[in-house]
Amino acid sequence: MRQRAARAVPGFPLTLAMTLVWLTGIVLIPMTALALRPWSLGLSGVLHSLAEPRVLAALRLSFGTAIASAVIDLPLGLLLAWVLVRYRFPGRRLLDGLIDLPFAFPTAVGGITFTALYASTGWLGAPLAAIGISIAYTPLGILVALCFVGLPFIVRTAEAVLRDLPGEVEEAAATLGARPAQIVARVVLPALFPALVTGFGLAFARAVGEYGSVIFIAGNMPMRTEIAPLMIVIRLQQFDYAGAAAIGLAMLLVSLLCLAGIAALRRRLEL
Amino acid sequence: MTAAPALTRRGLALALGISLVSRTAHAQTTLLNVSYDPTRELYRDVDKAFPAVWAGQGGDALTVRSTHGGSGAQARAVLDGLQADVVTLALASDIDALAERKLLARDWQSRLPHNATPYTSTIVFLVRKGNPKRLLDWADLIRPGVAIITPNPKTSGGARWNYLAAWGWALRQPGGSDATAEAFLGKLFKQVPVLDSGARGATNTFVQRGLGDVLLAWENEALLAADELGPDKFDIVYPSLSILAEPPVAVVDSVVDARGTRRAAEAYLRFLYAPQAQDIVGRRHFRPRDAAAQAKYAAKFPTLPLFDIAALGGWTKVQAAHFADGGAFDRIYTPGK
Repeated sequence: MRQRAARAVPGFPLTLAMTLVWLTGIVLIPMTALALRPWSLGLSGVLHSLAEPRVLAALRLSFGTAIASAVIDLPLGLLLAWVLVRYRFPGRRLLDGLIDLPFAFPTAVGGITFTALYASTGWLGAPLAAIGISIAYTPLGILVALCFVGLPFIVRTAEAVLRDLPGEVEEAAATLGARPAQIVARVVLPALFPALVTGFGLAFARAVGEYGSVIFIAGNMPMRTEIAPLMIVIRLQQFDYAGAAAIGLAMLLVSLLCLAGIAALRRRLEL
Repeated sequence: MTAAPALTRRGLALALGISLVSRTAHAQTTLLNVSYDPTRELYRDVDKAFPAVWAGQGGDALTVRSTHGGSGAQARAVLDGLQADVVTLALASDIDALAERKLLARDWQSRLPHNATPYTSTIVFLVRKGNPKRLLDWADLIRPGVAIITPNPKTSGGARWNYLAAWGWALRQPGGSDATAEAFLGKLFKQVPVLDSGARGATNTFVQRGLGDVLLAWENEALLAADELGPDKFDIVYPSLSILAEPPVAVVDSVVDARGTRRAAEAYLRFLYAPQAQDIVGRRHFRPRDAAAQAKYAAKFPTLPLFDIAALGGWTKVQAAHFADGGAFDRIYTPGK
């Protein structure tokens, strides 16, 4: 058994070695360096530098808006994936290409565009301001930018599974007497859940660390719209490398916890 | 964190290696000037003029390159291994940070005339054309309904000058003290709707986004905005008192000694004080030190009472009291303290 498993992948020792070297160089060593850096402050120093009200507010804001953006993107992404897979219509390929735009687009360009549109003088911001809603320079603006960068993750993960789920399954359910709502709830969604959870995790992880697109629209007001990555930049600006690394480490740990929770959820759904 | 600089250094070494290979044919010396944001136009002209001057002093063929960015970020790049022959930054404290890590001598500021600042600037108000809200002095800024645009002093060197100019004015009012100044700054920042991370970002917010009634800005940025973005759109208001902003320059000892470029680097900085460069300084909206250039550009730079950073106790003290974590700026935004 053991030998056959090894032979199933040609050149297994070589590929494994390359994978490990690559992962070590690009993930493991930088992460270790980050984990080690803050401790020059001592344990109490690290805790003290994290317990600052501005840092706590920034962490709350970053994780809160990241989760909210992933929650908003989830139904929208599912809908988009559904449309792309199940229907044929003119411009479908164009739409398909547009989905990936946030991946390829420099995030700063996206952020500046959103700011220009949603500022109280912008095309969308001016009418919204007239009815008393301001988006740019509020947490709402951060949410808009994060929804933008997170959406493709959910569309692409859901799309792959949806494509493998033949339309016949839905037809079979229909011939067995299931109503459309039942087909979606009992047949389609259960098959999609693991993929949706993965997409949610990816969108969330991307949003937590997002800087470029958010920084222009956030307004960066301390305690209100200051994101955690900006706090890191601020610490660096003060040449406080250890304090910056402390925030980085805290973000890393919370993100790991969230991702581990998501992975556990996914495993349970797959069983 | 320690791994990243090492990688950047290797990348830089590679890039430098390539550029050396491609340049050995000309046997050229290159100087790298690491500067801050609003000096782009100034150093473009200076870098063009200096090689001829250097050749006149018997030097080899020379090219000067300048890079620009936020003052603090630029200082950090040098700390992390960017091979800057000279630094020309917005704040003496950013060069002090390099000196603390032994990249240059601690007495760097006494090695050149005028605290090693060949040009100065100050902080002024840029307002909408005709000054519709009649903002004439610092006291007018905190009137209800006035929106003020200034970047975040934590991330922007220019914003620290803005903050300190306001602080110094408040301190000099009848009955002024640290407490009244802090209260004034608190009121002022309550009327700031957005804190951009850099000075150019704040200028864009004011000019392009159309946000705010007044932009607190470097005089050179305000002149540039009024000049190039719309002479019919903005007015510059000089308050009754402002700060003498002294952006300093220094040779990075550890780099020039390793690269053998000390003579050229020192000549480059001395050139900044020469009449020819001082004329460029005035043309590019900075206040020259040289008397002839001052006379020539007198119309552009109104005289107003200015206080310098020493009047507030020097950068080390100011940095700790105002901009460090838990300092006066943090207190403005932390509720219940």
